[in-house]
Amino acid sequence: MSRRAMIAWVRRALCPLMGAALVAAPTPALAAGKTYSVVMKAMQFGPMPKGLHVGDTIEWVNEDLFRHTATATDKSFNVDLNPNKRAKTVLRKAGKIHFICRFHPGMTGDLIVAR
Amino acid sequence: MRKLIGFAAALALAIPFAAEAADPNDAQIAHIAYTAGQIDVTAGEQALKKSKDKQVRAFAEEMVRDHQAVNKQALALVGKLKVTPEDNPTSQALSADAATKLKTYEGLSGKAFDKAYIDNEVAFHKTVNGALSSTLIPSAQNPELKALLETGLKVFTEHQTHAEQIAQALK
Repeated sequence: MSRRAMIAWVRRALCPLMGAALVAAPTPALAAGKTYSVVMKAMQFGPMPKGLHVGDTIEWVNEDLFRHTATATDKSFNVDLNPNKRAKTVLRKAGKIHFICRFHPGMTGDLIVAR
Repeated sequence: MRKLIGFAAALALAIPFAAEAADPNDAQIAHIAYTAGQIDVTAGEQALKKSKDKQVRAFAEEMVRDHQAVNKQALALVGKLKVTPEDNPTSQALSADAATKLKTYEGLSGKAFDKAYIDNEVAFHKTVNGALSSTLIPSAQNPELKALLETGLKVFTEHQTHAEQIAQALK
Protein backbone atom coordinates (compact mmCIF):
# COMPACT_ATOMS: atom_id res chain seq x y z
CA MET A 1 0.00 0.00 0.00
CA SER A 2 1.35 3.41 -0.96
CA ARG A 3 1.74 6.00 1.72
CA ARG A 4 -1.08 8.06 0.21
CA ALA A 5 -3.37 5.04 0.06
CA MET A 6 -2.59 4.25 3.66
CA ILE A 7 -3.48 7.75 4.80
CA ALA A 8 -6.73 7.57 2.84
CA TRP A 9 -7.49 4.21 4.41
CA VAL A 10 -6.82 5.50 7.89
CA ARG A 11 -9.07 8.49 7.22
CA ARG A 12 -11.87 6.29 5.96
CA ALA A 13 -11.52 3.96 8.87
CA LEU A 14 -11.39 6.68 11.52
CA CYS A 15 -13.86 9.25 10.26
CA PRO A 16 -17.01 7.27 10.98
CA LEU A 17 -15.65 6.45 14.43
CA MET A 18 -14.98 10.08 15.14
CA GLY A 19 -18.40 11.01 13.86
CA ALA A 20 -19.99 8.41 16.05
CA ALA A 21 -18.05 9.63 19.00
CA LEU A 22 -19.25 13.15 18.41
CA VAL A 23 -22.86 12.14 18.03
CA ALA A 24 -22.80 9.82 20.98
CA ALA A 25 -20.92 12.23 23.24
CA PRO A 26 -23.16 12.58 26.27
CA THR A 27 -23.43 15.79 28.19
CA PRO A 28 -20.32 15.70 30.33
CA ALA A 29 -20.87 13.45 33.31
CA LEU A 30 -18.96 15.84 35.58
CA ALA A 31 -20.63 19.05 34.54
CA ALA A 32 -18.11 21.82 35.06
CA GLY A 33 -19.12 23.32 38.41
CA LYS A 34 -19.45 26.98 39.14
CA THR A 35 -16.76 29.03 40.81
CA TYR A 36 -17.52 31.08 43.91
CA SER A 37 -15.29 33.47 45.83
CA VAL A 38 -14.72 33.64 49.54
CA VAL A 39 -12.80 36.72 50.63
CA MET A 40 -10.57 36.90 53.70
CA LYS A 41 -10.61 40.45 54.96
CA ALA A 42 -10.36 42.30 58.28
CA MET A 43 -9.74 39.04 60.15
CA GLN A 44 -12.93 37.44 58.83
CA PHE A 45 -14.13 35.17 56.09
CA GLY A 46 -16.57 37.15 53.95
CA PRO A 47 -20.12 36.09 53.09
CA MET A 48 -20.47 32.37 52.38
CA PRO A 49 -21.71 31.50 48.89
CA LYS A 50 -25.13 29.84 48.76
CA GLY A 51 -26.35 27.02 46.50
CA LEU A 52 -23.04 25.12 46.45
CA HIS A 53 -22.81 21.68 44.86
CA VAL A 54 -20.19 18.96 44.70
CA GLY A 55 -17.88 19.81 41.81
CA ASP A 56 -18.09 23.58 42.40
CA THR A 57 -14.91 25.52 42.99
CA ILE A 58 -14.18 27.93 45.80
CA GLU A 59 -11.69 30.63 45.01
CA TRP A 60 -10.18 31.88 48.26
CA VAL A 61 -9.02 35.49 48.03
CA ASN A 62 -6.84 36.96 50.77
CA GLU A 63 -7.45 40.72 50.81
CA ASP A 64 -6.21 41.05 54.38
CA LEU A 65 -2.94 42.38 55.77
CA PHE A 66 -2.23 38.96 57.25
CA ARG A 67 -1.48 35.45 56.09
CA HIS A 68 -4.48 33.19 56.60
CA THR A 69 -5.48 29.61 55.99
CA ALA A 70 -8.83 28.06 55.15
CA THR A 71 -8.51 24.64 56.72
CA ALA A 72 -11.45 22.24 56.65
CA THR A 73 -11.78 20.43 59.95
CA ASP A 74 -12.66 17.27 57.97
CA LYS A 75 -9.37 17.78 56.06
CA SER A 76 -11.17 18.00 52.70
CA PHE A 77 -9.27 21.18 51.84
CA ASN A 78 -6.47 23.34 53.20
CA VAL A 79 -5.27 26.54 51.59
CA ASP A 80 -2.57 28.76 53.06
CA LEU A 81 -2.51 32.24 51.59
CA ASN A 82 -0.24 35.21 51.97
CA PRO A 83 -1.80 38.68 51.65
CA ASN A 84 -2.98 39.53 48.12
CA LYS A 85 -2.91 35.90 46.99
CA ARG A 86 -5.69 33.62 45.83
CA ALA A 87 -6.14 29.88 45.38
CA LYS A 88 -8.86 27.49 44.27
CA THR A 89 -10.21 24.34 45.86
CA VAL A 90 -12.84 22.00 44.39
CA LEU A 91 -15.67 20.77 46.61
CA ARG A 92 -15.49 16.97 46.61
CA LYS A 93 -18.15 16.02 49.10
CA ALA A 94 -21.60 17.05 50.18
CA GLY A 95 -22.56 18.24 53.62
CA LYS A 96 -21.69 21.03 55.99
CA ILE A 97 -17.97 21.68 55.91
CA HIS A 98 -16.57 23.64 58.83
CA PHE A 99 -13.30 25.46 58.29
CA ILE A 100 -10.96 27.65 60.31
CA CYS A 101 -7.87 29.77 59.92
CA ARG A 102 -5.14 27.82 61.68
CA PHE A 103 -3.41 31.04 62.73
CA HIS A 104 -6.45 32.97 63.92
CA PRO A 105 -8.83 30.61 65.72
CA GLY A 106 -11.72 33.11 65.76
CA MET A 107 -11.86 33.05 61.97
CA THR A 108 -14.27 30.29 61.02
CA GLY A 109 -16.92 29.50 58.44
CA ASP A 110 -19.22 26.78 57.14
CA LEU A 111 -19.85 25.77 53.55
CA ILE A 112 -23.12 23.99 52.86
CA VAL A 113 -22.60 21.70 49.90
CA ALA A 114 -25.39 19.80 48.14
CA ARG A 115 -24.88 16.71 45.94
CA MET B 1 -0.76 62.13 80.41
CA ARG B 2 -2.18 60.89 83.68
CA LYS B 3 -3.90 58.18 81.66
CA LEU B 4 -0.59 57.16 80.14
CA ILE B 5 1.06 56.94 83.51
CA GLY B 6 -1.95 54.96 84.68
CA PHE B 7 -1.38 52.49 81.84
CA ALA B 8 2.31 52.28 82.68
CA ALA B 9 1.41 51.52 86.27
CA ALA B 10 -1.12 48.96 85.11
CA LEU B 11 1.58 47.23 83.14
CA ALA B 12 3.91 47.14 86.08
CA LEU B 13 1.28 45.91 88.49
CA ALA B 14 -0.77 43.89 86.03
CA ILE B 15 -3.98 45.51 87.19
CA PRO B 16 -6.71 46.80 84.91
CA PHE B 17 -5.94 50.12 83.35
CA ALA B 18 -7.79 52.94 85.11
CA ALA B 19 -9.49 55.16 82.57
CA GLU B 20 -9.33 58.78 83.61
CA ALA B 21 -8.35 62.28 82.59
CA ALA B 22 -5.91 63.39 79.91
CA ASP B 23 -5.83 61.17 76.85
CA PRO B 24 -2.69 60.27 74.93
CA ASN B 25 -2.36 62.13 71.65
CA ASP B 26 -2.05 60.46 68.26
CA ALA B 27 1.74 60.75 68.17
CA GLN B 28 1.94 58.96 71.54
CA ILE B 29 -0.66 56.38 70.57
CA ALA B 30 1.26 55.56 67.40
CA HIS B 31 4.44 55.20 69.46
CA ILE B 32 2.78 52.88 71.99
CA ALA B 33 1.19 50.70 69.31
CA TYR B 34 4.40 50.44 67.32
CA THR B 35 6.46 49.69 70.43
CA ALA B 36 4.07 46.96 71.53
CA GLY B 37 4.25 45.37 68.09
CA GLN B 38 8.02 45.53 68.00
CA ILE B 39 8.25 43.94 71.43
CA ASP B 40 6.24 40.99 70.27
CA VAL B 41 8.32 40.62 67.10
CA THR B 42 11.48 40.49 69.23
CA ALA B 43 9.91 37.99 71.62
CA GLY B 44 8.90 35.83 68.64
CA GLU B 45 12.43 35.97 67.24
CA GLN B 46 13.81 34.85 70.58
CA ALA B 47 11.33 31.95 70.61
CA LEU B 48 12.40 30.94 67.10
CA LYS B 49 16.00 30.80 68.30
CA LYS B 50 15.24 28.87 71.47
CA SER B 51 12.17 26.69 71.05
CA LYS B 52 12.06 23.28 69.42
CA ASP B 53 8.33 22.81 69.91
CA LYS B 54 6.57 22.79 66.54
CA GLN B 55 3.43 24.48 67.86
CA VAL B 56 5.34 27.16 69.73
CA ARG B 57 7.55 27.86 66.72
CA ALA B 58 4.53 28.16 64.40
CA PHE B 59 2.96 30.59 66.85
CA ALA B 60 6.18 32.62 67.10
CA GLU B 61 6.36 32.81 63.30
CA GLU B 62 2.78 34.01 63.24
CA MET B 63 3.58 36.73 65.82
CA VAL B 64 6.61 37.97 63.87
CA ARG B 65 4.64 37.97 60.61
CA ASP B 66 1.41 39.58 61.87
CA HIS B 67 3.02 42.23 64.07
CA GLN B 68 5.44 43.18 61.32
CA ALA B 69 2.48 43.52 58.94
CA VAL B 70 0.66 45.87 61.33
CA ASN B 71 3.80 47.89 62.05
CA LYS B 72 4.55 48.25 58.35
CA GLN B 73 1.09 49.79 57.94
CA ALA B 74 1.66 51.97 61.00
CA LEU B 75 4.93 53.31 59.59
CA ALA B 76 3.28 54.01 56.24
CA LEU B 77 0.44 55.80 58.01
CA VAL B 78 2.56 58.04 60.23
CA GLY B 79 4.62 58.89 57.13
CA LYS B 80 1.49 59.82 55.24
CA LEU B 81 0.06 61.83 58.13
CA LYS B 82 3.45 63.42 58.80
CA VAL B 83 3.19 62.45 62.46
CA THR B 84 6.38 61.79 64.39
CA PRO B 85 5.68 59.09 66.99
CA GLU B 86 6.34 60.52 70.43
CA ASP B 87 8.02 58.57 73.21
CA ASN B 88 6.05 58.48 76.46
CA PRO B 89 5.91 56.71 79.85
CA THR B 90 3.72 53.88 78.55
CA SER B 91 6.12 53.03 75.73
CA GLN B 92 9.01 53.22 78.17
CA ALA B 93 7.28 50.95 80.67
CA LEU B 94 6.48 48.45 77.90
CA SER B 95 10.08 48.44 76.66
CA ALA B 96 11.58 48.14 80.15
CA ASP B 97 9.29 45.25 81.01
CA ALA B 98 10.05 43.51 77.72
CA ALA B 99 13.82 43.90 78.17
CA THR B 100 13.63 42.26 81.60
CA LYS B 101 11.58 39.37 80.26
CA LEU B 102 13.87 38.80 77.27
CA LYS B 103 16.80 38.56 79.64
CA THR B 104 14.99 36.19 82.00
CA TYR B 105 13.81 33.93 79.18
CA GLU B 106 17.28 33.83 77.68
CA GLY B 107 18.27 31.74 80.70
CA LEU B 108 15.47 29.22 80.15
CA SER B 109 15.36 26.31 77.76
CA GLY B 110 13.12 23.47 76.60
CA LYS B 111 9.67 23.24 78.12
CA ALA B 112 10.41 25.91 80.73
CA PHE B 113 11.12 28.41 77.97
CA ASP B 114 8.08 27.39 75.92
CA LYS B 115 5.79 27.77 78.89
CA ALA B 116 7.25 31.13 79.94
CA TYR B 117 7.06 32.49 76.39
CA ILE B 118 3.47 31.37 75.77
CA ASP B 119 2.20 32.44 79.22
CA ASN B 120 3.74 35.84 78.66
CA GLU B 121 2.19 36.05 75.21
CA VAL B 122 -1.22 35.50 76.80
CA ALA B 123 -0.57 38.18 79.42
CA PHE B 124 1.04 40.63 77.02
CA HIS B 125 -1.78 40.43 74.47
CA LYS B 126 -4.33 40.75 77.25
CA THR B 127 -2.69 43.93 78.51
CA VAL B 128 -2.25 45.45 75.06
CA ASN B 129 -5.79 44.54 74.00
CA GLY B 130 -7.16 46.06 77.19
CA ALA B 131 -5.21 49.25 76.55
CA LEU B 132 -6.33 49.36 72.92
CA SER B 133 -10.01 49.05 73.72
CA SER B 134 -10.12 51.17 76.87
CA THR B 135 -7.70 53.95 75.96
CA LEU B 136 -5.85 53.94 72.68
CA ILE B 137 -8.77 53.45 70.28
CA PRO B 138 -11.17 55.83 72.09
CA SER B 139 -8.43 58.47 72.33
CA ALA B 140 -7.23 58.29 68.72
CA GLN B 141 -8.28 61.38 66.80
CA ASN B 142 -7.25 60.52 63.27
CA PRO B 143 -9.78 58.12 61.70
CA GLU B 144 -7.11 56.18 59.79
CA LEU B 145 -5.08 55.68 62.96
CA LYS B 146 -8.23 54.61 64.79
CA ALA B 147 -9.04 52.13 62.00
CA LEU B 148 -5.53 50.65 62.09
CA LEU B 149 -5.74 50.27 65.87
CA GLU B 150 -9.08 48.52 65.45
CA THR B 151 -7.50 46.12 62.95
CA GLY B 152 -4.71 45.60 65.46
CA LEU B 153 -7.20 44.82 68.22
CA LYS B 154 -8.91 42.22 66.02
CA VAL B 155 -5.69 40.42 65.13
CA PHE B 156 -4.21 40.65 68.65
CA THR B 157 -7.42 39.24 70.12
CA GLU B 158 -6.93 36.24 67.84
CA HIS B 159 -3.34 36.00 69.03
CA GLN B 160 -4.51 35.99 72.63
CA THR B 161 -6.98 33.18 71.91
CA HIS B 162 -4.35 31.23 70.01
CA ALA B 163 -1.81 31.70 72.83
CA GLU B 164 -4.39 30.56 75.39
CA GLN B 165 -5.03 27.40 73.35
CA ILE B 166 -1.31 26.62 73.20
CA ALA B 167 -0.91 27.36 76.93
CA GLN B 168 -3.61 24.76 77.58
CA ALA B 169 -1.87 22.25 75.31
CA LEU B 170 1.49 22.79 77.03
CA LYS B 171 0.07 22.04 80.46
